Formats: sequence, structure tokens, C-alpha cells
Amino acid sequence: MISTDICIIGAGPVGLFAVFEAGLLKMRCHLIDALPQVGGQLSEIYPQKPIYDIPGYPAIKAQELVDNLMEQIAPFHPTFTLGERVESLDQQADDSFVVTTNDGTSVHCQVVVIAGGLGCFEPRKPDILNLERFEGKGVSYMVKNPEQFRDRRVVLAGGGDSALDWTIFLADIAKEVTLVHRSDSFRGAPDSAGKVVELAQKGRINLALQSTITSISGNGHLQEVSITAKDKTVLNLPTDHLIPLFGLTPRLGPIADWGLTIDKSAINVDTTDYSTNIERIYAIGDINTYPGKLKLILCGFHEAALMCQSAFNYVYPNQKLSFKYTTVNGVPAF
Amino acid sequence: MIQFTIEDRDGVRQHLEIPEGINLSLMEVLKASDYNILATCGGMALCATCHVQVLDGADALPSMRDAELDMLDTLPDADSDSRLACQIRVDETLEGAVFRIRG
Ligand SMILES: Cc1cc2nc3c(=O)[nH]c(=O)nc-3n(C[C@H](O)[C@H](O)[C@H](O)COP(=O)(O)OP(=O)(O)OC[C@H]3O[C@@H](n4cnc5c(N)ncnc54)[C@H](O)[C@@H]3O)c2cc1C
Ligand code: FES
Repeated sequence: MISTDICIIGAGPVGLFAVFEAGLLKMRCHLIDALPQVGGQLSEIYPQKPIYDIPGYPAIKAQELVDNLMEQIAPFHPTFTLGERVESLDQQADDSFVVTTNDGTSVHCQVVVIAGGLGCFEPRKPDILNLERFEGKGVSYMVKNPEQFRDRRVVLAGGGDSALDWTIFLADIAKEVTLVHRSDSFRGAPDSAGKVVELAQKGRINLALQSTITSISGNGHLQEVSITAKDKTVLNLPTDHLIPLFGLTPRLGPIADWGLTIDKSAINVDTTDYSTNIERIYAIGDINTYPGKLKLILCGFHEAALMCQSAFNYVYPNQKLSFKYTTVNGVPAF
Repeated sequence: MIQFTIEDRDGVRQHLEIPEGINLSLMEVLKASDYNILATCGGMALCATCHVQVLDGADALPSMRDAELDMLDTLPDADSDSRLACQIRVDETLEGAVFRIRG
């Protein structure tokens, strides 16, 4: 089991900055995020957009801000569990917590900080009967390990950049690749769209355009997908894997079931330290709410600083905290 | 006044009457009318959580720009009658239209 002082749920900008504020007070952090990368909304929704309201940066691209935050917290050696969703929190006899993910990773900590933003980013799923029954048995919504598809038959669905990129990538690895797309043209990056069409012309992949997947079947593991074209013709295609790639959308998810006071999908907090109704659990950033709340990165950073001053009391119950500027001590790495 | 109809996720229809010249998007009007839509990206055609289906009156609406088409292309449940509410200005082109909230 991973052991740390603070377990931060959500590696968006606010969760990341909390590592810095915790580090200044010599508290160690482990971060968990359902996404395979850090950065939350900034990396997932708008990596290339400029942000204009970060103090000291007249303009900074969202991904650049995330990269800078990672550099800023590096001296404190945070640890990460990425691509896993936190499912449950269990309070121990000594009041500490064990946080557990959907993949069974457990983290023991003194304090839990929920920096879950809008909730978990989850895949948009097409409306196909029995789809969920085959999840992990042939159906996956992201490509974590491309080697898994070596010499297998793969069907991808979608028309955006990730569908195009993975089609091109898997063309070299898989035995057979079929891309199913609702429209008859691709609006992803023109370069990738061109490559996909070229691969199809060379017979290295199959393209099913103006088509959707209407049903899937198999005996324990996925074996066949039915693809229906606009002209209603149906193709039953034997396959080992189906990868629907329709992007991600945030959902509050398991956080709603932890006994926290929730108001319109956000956690109520006390603004003196951003604590929740459960002792040792804090909520900072977009996930919390209080009178006057603004969902801004800047506000989340402020909340992270105040939260850490309060969390210190649980991590070091016998020590008195005295406030110091970073200009006095620098960044006391550990 | 511009009049159009909204069908929510439960199939319940409500007629909305919006004064002309208010310069709001359909997404903003839906939020202001307390419909349960996320509109995560605030109207930048980046999140598709404002997805609506135009059940009636699609032809009168201004055509889609690239950003809207790109985003709709990534949705599993988009169809030829899909639009992003944040990309539709509320003006006379909406008169009599019927929208179903998908999001
Ligand atoms: C298009 C757009 C433009 C924006 N522009 C600006 C701007 O200019 N200035 C500004 O200040 N703000 C802006 N924002 C808002 C800003 O992005 C948010 O305020 C900020 O991302 C909040 O950070 P966060 O760390 O609280 O949450 P998020 O960035 O949402 O990160 C939360 C993370 O928690 C993870 N998570 C949630 N639940 C779980 C769970 N159970 N298990 C594991 N992981 C979980 C999610 O996967 C996610 O990665 C913009 C937002 C958008 C969408
Ligand atoms: S509000 Fe995000 S796409 Fe419309």
C-alpha cells in the first residue's frame, strides 16, 4: 500500500499546486487522477488556449502552465497514480484514511484533499446494446498499451484526432484495422485524415464511412461487431477489439457517494480552510462551493494554500506552525 | 419576441419567449432558464456538453462553422440534426424551432 501524508484526488492545476503548498510545510503528497496525464481540464479540454488571468503571466498556454506547475513541484517529489479513478474512502480507527481506486490501488494518508474539478473525465460511450458487458473483454475506450493489439483484429470508431491517430498507429501493429465513422469525411487534423485515406487506399486498413456500429456480440469476449451503413446495409465483422474514441466528458462520479454535503454537484466547504463536513477531508478548486465561489485557477490556488495550513495540524499534531515567506527560506526541497 | 420550444431529457416541452436583440447564445438562455446543462467550456465549442438536437426549424438556422462541425464529429450520439447550443445566437432564425437537450 502507498503511504503518504496527503492524498490528493485530481491532478488538475489546483491539485498540482497543492503539492507545492504542502511541500513548503514538509507534507508529502500522492496524487490520483482518472486521466492518463496530469493537468485536468487544461490538458484535456484546452491545452493550446492561452490563459490571461494567472498573476505574473500576461498570457500562458494551458499546457505550458501545467508543465510549469510540474516543474515547480518537482523538488517535493510527489508520486502519482494516473489512469485510475478513486472509488472509495475508508476511515481507519486512528482517523487516517485509506483511499482506493477502481484498479485496486490503495493509498494510506492522514488527510484527503479532493481537487476533483468537474468530476472524473469519462469516455463518451456510443449507444450500443451490451457495450458495457464487454468492457475489459474486448471493448476499451483508451489505448493504454498498444502492444495489447499486436497481431489482433481491431475496430476503432470515431472521427476526431484520437481515432485518426490510433488508426494510423495500430495499422503497423495490428493484424487488421477497421475505422468506422458516421460521416464520409474526417474533420480531424488534415494531415492525419490524409494518412488514413492513404492507408485505406493501400489496403492496409478498412474504412467504413457513413456507418455506425449498431451491435456487438461474443461469447465471454468480444467476437463480432455489426456495422450499419447509411443505406442500411449491415456488415458483420469478426474482431477481437473495439475501441470507441469519442472523447471524454466530466461526471461527478463516486465523489457523490462519500457522505459529503453536496450542492448542485459541488462540495460545500468552510472558507476558513476549505474543509468539508467530514474531518480530515478538504475540497479545493472547481469541485467546491461556497457563497461567492468563482471557478478560476487563481481561486483554487488560494484555497490550496489555506487548506495546507489547516491540514498541517493532522499531519503534525504536536507541532506549531509558523508562517514564513518563500523568500525567507527558499524552497526547502525534500 | 422570439418564440421557440425546448424539450428536456424527460421529453417535457416548454415554450420560451425571448426578447429580440439580447445577444445571447441558446446555451446561455438554457442555463438562465435553469436547464440542467453543463456547458463546461463556457461556449468555446470545446466540450460538447451543450449538445442539442434540432427537431424542427433546422433549415432556418445559420450554418455551422468549423469549430462546431469538428466538435460534433467527435460525439458518439451526434446526427445530422445535432448542434451545439453555445454556437447558436438567439435571434429571429430560431422562431418556431424545437430543440431537444442532449448534452
Ligand atoms: C475552455 C476553458 C477555458 C478556461 N479558461 C480559464 C481561464 O482563462 N482562467 C481560469 O482561471 N480558469 C479557466 N478555466 C477554468 C479552469 O480550467 C478550472 O477552474 C480549473 O481547471 C480547475 O482546476 P481543478 O484542479 O480544480 O480541476 P480540474 O482541472 O477539473 O481537474 C480535476 C481532475 O480531477 C480528476 N478527478 C475527478 N474525480 C476523480 C476521481 N474520483 N478519481 C480520480 N480523478 C478524479 C479529473 O479527472 C481531473 O483531471 C477554463 C475552463 C475551460 C473548460
Ligand atoms: S458550452 Fe462547450 S461546446 Fe458549448
